[in-house]
Amino acid sequence: MGFQAPDLDYAALAPLIIVLGAACVGVLVEAFGPRDNRQPVQLAVSLVGTVGALVATVLLAGERQVTAGGALAVDGAALFLPGTIAALGALSILLFAERALDPARSAFVTSAAVPVGSVRDRELLTSPRVQTEVYPLATFAVGGMMLFAASNDLLIMFVALEVLSLPLYLMCGLARRRRLLSQEAAVKYFLLGAFASGFFLYGLALVYGATGSIRLSEIREAAASGDRRLLLVLGLGLLVVGLMFKASVAPFHTWTPDVYQGAPTPVTAFMAACTKIAAFGAILRLLYVGFGGDEWTWRPLIYGIAIVSMIVGAVLGLTQTDVKRMLAYSSIAHAGFLLTGVIALGAGEDGSAGLSSTLFYLLVYGLTTLGSFALLTLVRDGDGEASHLSQWAGLARRSPVTAAVMALFLLALAGIPLTSGFTGKFAVFRAAIEDGAWPLVVVAVLASAVAAFFYLRVIVLMYFSAPAEEGPTVGVPGLPTTVVLAVTATATVVLGIVPGPVLDLARQAASLVG
Amino acid sequence: MSASLYLVAMIVVPAVGAAVAAALPRAREELARPLALGVSLVVLVLAVLTTLAFDPAGDRFQLTSAVPWIPDFGVDFALGVDGIALVMLLLIGVLVPVVVGASWYEVAPGGRSMKTFFAWLLLLEAMMVGVFAATDVFLFYVFFEAMLVPMYFLIGSFGGPRRQYAAVKFFLYSLVGGLVMLAAVIGLYVVSTSELGEGTFAFEALAELSIDPGVQKLLFLGFFVAFAIKAPLVPFHTWLPDSGAEAPVGGAVLLVGVLDKVGTFGFLRYCLPLFPDASRDFAPWVLALAVAGILYAALLAMGQSDMKRLVSYTSISHFGFIALGIFAFTTEAATGAVLYMVNHGIATGLLFLVVGMLIARGGSRQIGDYGGVASRAPLLAGTFLVAGLASLALPGTNSFVSEFLVLIGSFPTRPVFTVLATLGIILAALYILLMYQRTMHGEPRGVLALPDDEPAPTGTTGGGGATALAAAPARAARRSLDLDRRELAVVAPLVALVIALGVYPQPLLDLIEPAAAATVSDVDADPEGTD
Repeated sequence: MGFQAPDLDYAALAPLIIVLGAACVGVLVEAFGPRDNRQPVQLAVSLVGTVGALVATVLLAGERQVTAGGALAVDGAALFLPGTIAALGALSILLFAERALDPARSAFVTSAAVPVGSVRDRELLTSPRVQTEVYPLATFAVGGMMLFAASNDLLIMFVALEVLSLPLYLMCGLARRRRLLSQEAAVKYFLLGAFASGFFLYGLALVYGATGSIRLSEIREAAASGDRRLLLVLGLGLLVVGLMFKASVAPFHTWTPDVYQGAPTPVTAFMAACTKIAAFGAILRLLYVGFGGDEWTWRPLIYGIAIVSMIVGAVLGLTQTDVKRMLAYSSIAHAGFLLTGVIALGAGEDGSAGLSSTLFYLLVYGLTTLGSFALLTLVRDGDGEASHLSQWAGLARRSPVTAAVMALFLLALAGIPLTSGFTGKFAVFRAAIEDGAWPLVVVAVLASAVAAFFYLRVIVLMYFSAPAEEGPTVGVPGLPTTVVLAVTATATVVLGIVPGPVLDLARQAASLVG
Repeated sequence: MSASLYLVAMIVVPAVGAAVAAALPRAREELARPLALGVSLVVLVLAVLTTLAFDPAGDRFQLTSAVPWIPDFGVDFALGVDGIALVMLLLIGVLVPVVVGASWYEVAPGGRSMKTFFAWLLLLEAMMVGVFAATDVFLFYVFFEAMLVPMYFLIGSFGGPRRQYAAVKFFLYSLVGGLVMLAAVIGLYVVSTSELGEGTFAFEALAELSIDPGVQKLLFLGFFVAFAIKAPLVPFHTWLPDSGAEAPVGGAVLLVGVLDKVGTFGFLRYCLPLFPDASRDFAPWVLALAVAGILYAALLAMGQSDMKRLVSYTSISHFGFIALGIFAFTTEAATGAVLYMVNHGIATGLLFLVVGMLIARGGSRQIGDYGGVASRAPLLAGTFLVAGLASLALPGTNSFVSEFLVLIGSFPTRPVFTVLATLGIILAALYILLMYQRTMHGEPRGVLALPDDEPAPTGTTGGGGATALAAAPARAARRSLDLDRRELAVVAPLVALVIALGVYPQPLLDLIEPAAAATVSDVDADPEGTD
């Protein structure tokens, strides 16, 4: 049997080509570019890559096809989510480029290989050199995420998973301050992530064994025939474990707080926003396209995971004393809320309420969480970011604007009306109730109430407590972080007050080919 | 201006006022006070204009307007008022300027920003108007929840010593109720989708649905919990004494005067018409809670040593009467309940204001720290007496009319509950008159007594840390303790309303009765057609 080159639609592949091409250019710049002006060049290359990918995605709007030999889907969800990832990726890259906040001009270590505490390490701590590998790494990760959410083939999905994960493992270890914590986070993420990839790969093998195919549409047909069910269900379970790990859904969440805390905050922002969107894109595609005809194999499973994730995220979030860890548990709880939307396959008038509401929620959650981590980078003490809750006491006196923006993000995360978080929650809850999953929604509203407590606690500290002596300083952000905060805060308000156009977009995007 | 725009303006004007107040430069922040006063008076004028444009004999909802807001959810920005909502808007219109006047100086010290106080106050006003004027259930829900944020900041930033605790407790209690209601709101939408083919949140369309009794019960409970927490009914009440005691006086007036009325308003507007079968089924239970609340809260009120907590407990007792009137399902009782909502806002608002003025003089909330104040501040004592008598529903004051209507309206259908509730009137006389007597009469003593008429150092019984600090300058200055002109201007409109509505409540009753009758006929349990 001769090898036949697949038929490639280059227009449909353009977003991926642009972003991965930019990443490759970035590597070349890193290797051959002059060191002195590498940083602006790298920033420009990665922004051109991500924004270019976004533009290319927008130009594809309305396209519905399967290309690259059936491995890649181009449809509503496979454009909406990669577009969102590219946009949020560009914003994250802006955060990487912030030079005004840290006295050493960057949040990233100059040379990650130098042992912590060594003489050389101390020298580098005050060195004005900035490290620029993070830009091509992030661009690669964005490319992997975009592919992840659009893959129509389990093997491509796995490749995308690795393309997005490997750069992230590295980026987690690049913090300039508290380097040991950062390196620990990287190792933890790598080990557990590799383990989860193993689960995914094993599940892939079992599903292939059961259906004889790795193409989602063919799996769907084979699943409908009802042969070799045990193998198929086992395989599905393992695939779900691998994906849930990346989406930081409890009970596969244990890495999340440690990694979110240890990683440099801009990287945390990037992971919390973009990785979650990509992983949910893959979950939606696997469940809706691959197993959409066989809903009852996964529905009870996802139902249970959603409940566990909401409760774990909300309850453990209560006990946190570090803002980054608290936001990590918040992201676990939000993953549970997202799953209430995922449950609702086939809800609504045209059967797309579950998909469209999940897409919308991913967008608003990504924006809000990116904004809140970006804001964290402003509150600093002598040793980097002051992320301990007690340090935030009385922040509103010190810097009313910072506190107000943070309060806005927290209210949005708590789902208070007139913020984007409420619109998103309403959308997924409505889809779930339309699908008859009202007990899940009751759990979700109670979990929301519990989670509201820890968001409120930060507001109480910022506004109603006396400022701590020796408190942190609030840095004046440079242009990049200001842009990110302005965009995310505006989106949080606008999508709460006039969400109509974006909801409409999500509804139009709620289609899957396969 | 077309009449239907009055309602929109009543939301937009204070919201814009809030934004302007928040944007004032710090050096000019005293401008927030005249701004807030002006804006709230404009709202009062708009409320009066709305009333003039409203025809009591006309349609149930008037001055309606609707523009699509979130088409994907089927949500309209739909406003309109019936008689019940209208009198609540009038109450807001009256109370907010009074609160602005009462808070004129109170918020300045402590380095807290004055403009923030007035900005939150105006934002709260916009949302309170919205919550009563919304005729779209989703819109109502949005205002219902968003309203928590300004109140939360008012309590948390400007309240008493335990303000953090009180603010969080207030927010969480209300939020839990609100979220349960959110599930029920969505459930209602889904029911409307299956019955009408297209989902809607429009109140009038939803009221036409005939919902399966089992589903009705679940949805009723979802709404009921939210409103019972808000109102609050025993056993959902424990947040109110904390919030009422810790909130700044102006915040407390609006909290019990208006915000809590959203709960009883919600019973009337949403529970009864949307879920008539479930309302009938649950009525005995609700009435039991109402009567238990009347008696239990009255007993607790008698046991309070903190005046603001005492007034908060009296409110819980009064909310029991309102709930009794609503769930008795007669037009008279429902009319009385709505009138009670207005009168309670005026009487308890006045009581909170006077107590606040007393506390501002003495620096302590404890009853035991005061005594014989009447001899030094006769006007203050007189206003206190008027407020107290209105609160215990003495004939001739406004509350008497409404309490009487509730009781005679409820008696035909619910004699046992009504008779039990009547005991609450006696208890009310006790807790009010005891507080009045202890603080205003007798030998001058406590923190406001002059050194030469202080009988013994036993003055601070049950003092709970009576602030000698605050008392010292008061003594030294020997200034007049009586109400000054600003304070008189603040209490005068409320005192006037107490008397006026006690003597001639008919204009309000004319507004309320058609809407109350329509609500009761929705439940369709009016046995002898008492109207």
